Amino acid sequence: MVLALSVLIFLLLRLAPGDPIDAYINPSVPLSPQDLEALRLRLSLDQPLPIQYLGWLRAALSGDFGYSIQRSGVAVLPLVLGRVGPTVLLMGTGLAIAIVVGIAGGIVSAVRRNAGPDISLSVLSFVGISSPAFLTALLGLYFFSVLLRWAPSGGMQTPGTPFSVFDVLTHLILPACLLSIGHAAMIMRYMRSSLLEVLGQDYVRTARAKGVREFWVIMKHATRNALLPVITLIGSTIGIAVGGAIFLESVFNWPGMGLLLVNAVGTRDYPVIMGATLVVGACVILVNLLTDIAYAFVDPRVRVS
Amino acid sequence: MALTTSMGEGVPRTKGPLRRAFGRFIANRAARAGLVILIPILLAVSTYHLWWPIGPNAIDLRAMNKGPSTAHWLGSDGVGRDVMARVLQGGRISLIVAVGSVAISTVIGFLVGAIASFGGRVVDSTVMRLVDLAMTSPPVIFLLVLASIAGTGIMPTILVISLLSWPVLSRMVRARLMELRERDFVVAARGMGARMPHLLLRHGLPNSIDILVVYATLQIANAILLEAGLSFLGLGIPPPEASWGNMLNLARSTIVLEQYPWQWMFPGAALVLTVLAINFIGDGLRDAFDPRSDLN
Repeated sequence: MVLALSVLIFLLLRLAPGDPIDAYINPSVPLSPQDLEALRLRLSLDQPLPIQYLGWLRAALSGDFGYSIQRSGVAVLPLVLGRVGPTVLLMGTGLAIAIVVGIAGGIVSAVRRNAGPDISLSVLSFVGISSPAFLTALLGLYFFSVLLRWAPSGGMQTPGTPFSVFDVLTHLILPACLLSIGHAAMIMRYMRSSLLEVLGQDYVRTARAKGVREFWVIMKHATRNALLPVITLIGSTIGIAVGGAIFLESVFNWPGMGLLLVNAVGTRDYPVIMGATLVVGACVILVNLLTDIAYAFVDPRVRVS
Repeated sequence: MALTTSMGEGVPRTKGPLRRAFGRFIANRAARAGLVILIPILLAVSTYHLWWPIGPNAIDLRAMNKGPSTAHWLGSDGVGRDVMARVLQGGRISLIVAVGSVAISTVIGFLVGAIASFGGRVVDSTVMRLVDLAMTSPPVIFLLVLASIAGTGIMPTILVISLLSWPVLSRMVRARLMELRERDFVVAARGMGARMPHLLLRHGLPNSIDILVVYATLQIANAILLEAGLSFLGLGIPPPEASWGNMLNLARSTIVLEQYPWQWMFPGAALVLTVLAINFIGDGLRDAFDPRSDLN
């Protein structure tokens, strides 16, 4: 899968305007035409496309994604890898909030089906799904940072102060909450319908009939089974979460992958775009694999088949 | 596309499945609310040049960064352009982009799904590998990469969005047609020598029309969001042309965000309302077309 993605990215890279060799020249080091020719040979740019691909792949596997055009002399790989941490921190926190809120909301909504809490939660989740991440980000920024002054308006740390966990946390909490809105809404809707389906099944009636308390019927018997499709959903929304994170990072100036990518796209910095895309793509595929494993962990039946 | 089938004489007309679906759709409260919100928006956006005196790019130098007033109902922006006119024009652009991209991606999605299901095992597995690939890669990232290659403007934006969104549809169409392929009437049509175009248009299309309609509706909402997102990042519709996304882009400047909230809140509200209404309608359509929805 990662290989196929790399083929796709390679082809896109060739579609991009400009001589591909430009990406591999460190702008701060002057090169003679002979050096240039040697580099061209090393990257096998004189060969047909499939062999060019192999050459590019070999370079990429050994960690050489070329140099950023915009920031002279900065290699792409360390630049991209340095941005992974903040993005993972932001997305991880956001998703964790979304999962907790979404599942809790879904349970409440399914238990109080068609009553007041259910209807208001459903409307809320519809609004959550329909508002784009950047708009909730702007609104959140406006209300909590500008009007109420509760949270800092951007960045990951207060500039000029030494690193402290608390400082990062205060910067993290607002964007993470905003990131979680859309996902919480989606998880909630899924959880609701999945739990409703499970609650109609015979074994739930059996559990009730043998006198299990309603609370435990829902928490233990029903929720465990209802979680299965929700886990799949969470896995498949990681890709979408990356998208949301991009917008939040650019609104909140969060120094992550998304901000890097947006700036690179804005300045047409193709080596950085391709490097970042490949790293993000590989991460998303990895997470999808992990959800499959998590699935087997929660549902013993998967292991049998 | 003719969807009605001619009935024999003397057969009493019963309600067709489409009519029944329509009835269920109208009975759905959320879907009706969606229509009530969407129809006025559509009317306003498509006819505003007839009743709103100010053009979207007309500059009023005496009203720069002024709040809502009688002359400018929704205020004016930093160079004195009317926000009301720009919100309406922006809606027009957003909807054109959305409808255009959905039309393209629906055609691609249906054709790819149909070819995968009717084309034999080898075609099917290669095509579906491609679809898997396109689906596992994070959509917005791809959008950015494509946009960085395609450039800005209305046509590139339509193209980029439609290239991104067909895989989901083709997978649904494939699943439906795989099942259809084994039905007796399709087997009979094949046995009588029906060719691909006939099979796809005469049998495949009518039997997956519900998927297409629901997809297209929900995808319009999605495309509006994608367009707004792209323009927000400065990669979709370039200013001076108005679009909801690039109006929101103004709010990336701290001064606009803090001092002139009407410049970004109104397009934002229009965006959310429209998308919300379309989502309500799409959901209503899905429930209406799904016969199981009668049960709950």
